[in-house]
Amino acid sequence: MGNLHIQLKERFPDAVLETHAHKGDETALVKRESLLAIAQLLKTDPLFDMNVLMDLAGVDGLDLKWKPRFQVVYHFYSLALNHRLRLKVAVEEKDAVVPTLTGLWPSANWFEREVWDMFGIRFEGHPDPRRILMYEQFQGHALRKDYPWNKRQPLIQAKAVTSDQ
Amino acid sequence: MLLNVGPQHPAMHGIVRIITELDGEVVVNADVEIGYLHRAFEKMAEQGGYLQVIPYTDRLNYVSPLINNIGYCLAVEKLFSLETTERAKYIRVIMSELSRVTDHLTCIGASTMELGAFTAFLYFIKAREYLYELIESVTGARLTISYSRVGGVKGDLPPGFKEQCLDAIKKTRKEIKEVDALLTKNKIFVDRLKNTGRISKEDALAYAITGPFLRSTGVDYDVRRATPYLVYDRFDFEVPVGEHGDNFDRYLCRMEEMEQSFRIIEQAFEQIPEGPVLLDTEGNVMPGETMVDEAKMGRIENIRNAEAIVDPTLDGTSKVQYRNVETTNKRASLPPKEDTYGNIEGLMNHFKMVMMGHGIRPPKGEVYFPVEGANGELGFYIISDGTDKPYRVRVRPPCFTIIAALPIILKGDTLADIVASFGSSNMIGGELDR
Repeated sequence: MGNLHIQLKERFPDAVLETHAHKGDETALVKRESLLAIAQLLKTDPLFDMNVLMDLAGVDGLDLKWKPRFQVVYHFYSLALNHRLRLKVAVEEKDAVVPTLTGLWPSANWFEREVWDMFGIRFEGHPDPRRILMYEQFQGHALRKDYPWNKRQPLIQAKAVTSDQ
Repeated sequence: MLLNVGPQHPAMHGIVRIITELDGEVVVNADVEIGYLHRAFEKMAEQGGYLQVIPYTDRLNYVSPLINNIGYCLAVEKLFSLETTERAKYIRVIMSELSRVTDHLTCIGASTMELGAFTAFLYFIKAREYLYELIESVTGARLTISYSRVGGVKGDLPPGFKEQCLDAIKKTRKEIKEVDALLTKNKIFVDRLKNTGRISKEDALAYAITGPFLRSTGVDYDVRRATPYLVYDRFDFEVPVGEHGDNFDRYLCRMEEMEQSFRIIEQAFEQIPEGPVLLDTEGNVMPGETMVDEAKMGRIENIRNAEAIVDPTLDGTSKVQYRNVETTNKRASLPPKEDTYGNIEGLMNHFKMVMMGHGIRPPKGEVYFPVEGANGELGFYIISDGTDKPYRVRVRPPCFTIIAALPIILKGDTLADIVASFGSSNMIGGELDR
């Protein structure tokens, strides 16, 4: 096997913008519009058979002057074929929305909540779009490069248990 | 009825809040709230140099810190395309496996204590103590070890370590056997664990669960087998798998994995070669006694009359100010501590590694490196922009996905089973919340 990024490029010549295999990690940068279609194919096509969404992370490219500013990085793993593929989607700050993959891989649920919490990237169609590590009243998104690492915010009161949760 | 379990609850070893919806005694729904131990690891990792991240990784999974250390260093080494020496690889394997055993001992010990089996807890903590003493003799600390370095490990194994280690393994095996006799066929214990906290193979994979938790459902995924790193492909060991994916199978999996870890350590001692344990970024061997700083050797005239301006907070100065002292040889790893404190070359080498703007500089790029942590796949995703600070460090915490699946694991069980299921999930706050 191998060369999954090139095979993906052949399948989606327009949607795959960039590919590389730096240090053996096969990577494809894809268009946001085609993310769901590509993800669907990765999961169902026997060539890819990506049944595990291992990791999902956000990256803020502000200091590197990336255009668009943010990237969402997906790490897929296929248990049966024992191969990995990294998928990246770039989004603008003003329009920081990515379709959710929760329907395909439930593990995306908490990972996407974390990216929303830390980077302020919204996942369209997410069933439970709350913050996860920080509290709801927290101002800003901590892992953005323009959020100072030593900024302090007042702590808030404990949340009551109510039946509408 | 809504019932709040946690964040601080005597029967839960970890700060997490489970809001349960109960029908009588049966859990119909659960909402898990995390983040109580969030220390912004990923943010802080971007602030300092590559080597300054290593102490932070000790505090991720604080029950098996060596695996985090080694995982991070392997990821940075992948950025450099650096292979460590054979001896360093074996030392890393031995220390990883010792760490895995201490983690499993703590997990089983603590979770059985929460079910009332206090004896087993004491036996296992005693056994863990044998191994912690070994770890202390190698790294100098029990928990905050910071042992691994980019390019190898901090120091060689102490003399007589092999004998001490084999002796400790013998004693630990005895404790495990004793606890096995106490628990594995104990009716009260088995009744509490069998058929509770069940998860199917499909659900476990869908939630990206790895490690003993996944293996208890019957999937034999182990990073040491699937994508062997270090020298794991040279050992004969088994990957124990369960059948039902319930708490009892997870207990059995962990018990068997400890035995397999011991087997790996024993084989490693037979195969381990002599040799150096540290390399620089260009792949050259760097023995402590011949390490001489080039700036000190060749360009003394430039330094002699230069005025050093140091920031009062010691928070680093710009590269321009130290242009004269800049060496061309970018070394990757900190010198051994005896050199740092014992001679001026070692001190300068250390200083230049640790000062801002002088650290190691991996080439631009991005890597993901998975290792088998005690809880499952522990992955480091690092982006380098070519400077001495990592641009982004992302950890894939293994117990994050397990806790994410906790609502479906708890659903249908009784309230008392939460304790057993939560115990077997082995939640480690440091790694979950980072």
